Amino acid sequence: MVALDGNSIGGLLFEVFGTEMTAAQTICATCGSAAPVAETVVYLRAPGTVVRCRTCGSVLMVIAQIRGVHCVDLGGMAALDTGQGG
Amino acid sequence: MATAAVRGRLTWQTATVTSVTRETDAVRTIELEVPDWPGHQAGQHLDVRLTAEDGYTAERSYSIATADDEPVAITVERLDDGEVSPYLTEELRAGDQLELRGPIGGWFVWDTSDGGPLLLVAGGSGVVPLRAILRHRERVGSDVPARLLYSSRTLAEVIYRGELDQYRDGVEVSYTLTRSRPPGWTGYSGRVDAALLAKIAWPASEHPLTFVCGPTSFVEAVAGSLVALGYPAGRVKTERFGGT
Amino acid sequence: MSPPVSRGFRHFRRPAAGEQDRVPPGQYVARGFPVLSAGPTPHTPLPEWTFSIRRAGETLKSWTWDEFQALPAQDVTVDIHCVTRWTKLDTMWRGVPVDTLLGQVEHDAPYVMAFSDGGYTTNLPVQDVASSQAWVAFGYDGQPLAAEHGGPARLLVPHLYFWKSAKWVRGLELLDHNQPGFWESHGYHIYGDPWRQQRYAGD
Repeated sequence: MVALDGNSIGGLLFEVFGTEMTAAQTICATCGSAAPVAETVVYLRAPGTVVRCRTCGSVLMVIAQIRGVHCVDLGGMAALDTGQGG
Repeated sequence: MATAAVRGRLTWQTATVTSVTRETDAVRTIELEVPDWPGHQAGQHLDVRLTAEDGYTAERSYSIATADDEPVAITVERLDDGEVSPYLTEELRAGDQLELRGPIGGWFVWDTSDGGPLLLVAGGSGVVPLRAILRHRERVGSDVPARLLYSSRTLAEVIYRGELDQYRDGVEVSYTLTRSRPPGWTGYSGRVDAALLAKIAWPASEHPLTFVCGPTSFVEAVAGSLVALGYPAGRVKTERFGGT
Repeated sequence: MSPPVSRGFRHFRRPAAGEQDRVPPGQYVARGFPVLSAGPTPHTPLPEWTFSIRRAGETLKSWTWDEFQALPAQDVTVDIHCVTRWTKLDTMWRGVPVDTLLGQVEHDAPYVMAFSDGGYTTNLPVQDVASSQAWVAFGYDGQPLAAEHGGPARLLVPHLYFWKSAKWVRGLELLDHNQPGFWESHGYHIYGDPWRQQRYAGD
């Protein structure tokens, strides 16, 4: 399956975080690269959603929808900054 | 209105299809009446959800094709092995309901305050959000200069051609056809590559703002070429479309 | 409030009469062969490819591609079931039984972790990859297995959900205790029996 980018999960991330997230800045915990969520590499229906760093390929985030609940693993990110001061 | 779009709630709602218009053989524009639409920015998309009688659901995202003060519309390309696009382009008709949520997107968006000059590079149906940007630009009377480079396989597959050919002052539209050209074709041929971009794109010294949209391989090739032309990566915004 | 039904929307085929007992609950019969993955398609050149059986950081046995191809292989036709609800009937594969590979090492491990190029892992009980239930498959539908479907070789464990059939597999790590692999660590079921709809942890 061809990889998409973080734009494709804007709706999912809005559900998870309660706000628009595609412009939020991520810092990769593996290589330190900074990028907006929109520019990350996204694999959908993998069966879950896998978000990877465009620079080093490491997993930034995994989101699985389990019985109506979003299970989110942000372990691959050193930071996720919405720039909204909170 | 833009603030509401970012900070508001994102809930599924039921819209009514008001028209389905043929753009090309495989492409339809679906205009919608959305009861609680908060307005949207050019470049944003909405998510569509289809539900079968047995409860099976399928969701896909489609870029909004129109400017904020127009009825909400999406332009959908039918993919042969698609699950959702054949339904939207061949089955859906005026009067049907369509579940959707939106608008979505905070990065791949443009408003006049973002400035320019604008470079818009479209591959196939990637033209949809870029067309929304141009419509928004026109409707607010912006004088930000814009150039659209639109790559299609054939002339017959160019979406919105009549409209795009009308642009004059401030907007330059160039087409490149990759698979076949009609007799007497005076536009460009072949894939968008560094050489073609060097001809069409603003010089990097003008600090353009760029939006690239289309299939993943197209976007990555174009983005790579732009960076090689000296465009800083932070001023090149990309949106990748996939299949089905 | 349930969502409105989309008039005329038809999707994957529901099982036909005669197929129903082959399609697990909640599954649909797919057209085509969907490609799903958690990362980019790796491209390990065959001269560099190996399949290893490891335990506690040590390689017990390893085969190069040529050595692997020299092992006796089987042609099997099986039904496969993806947790995303599509089922594909009568898929044809060629591969080396995992029995043949595990039979070359002395071990009493109760579990294995399959590991792949790109970092993917999935865990299985040894008894589920033994007794002619699992293969390391390198052929599909009479052709070499395509990279997008896991080639040059993938694990094939058709009696469990297909996320257990690790693409781009490079070996099995023998485990004394069951450990969750990639999707098992993210909420998917530790075992994954489609006939009991064991999609998620707690099912």
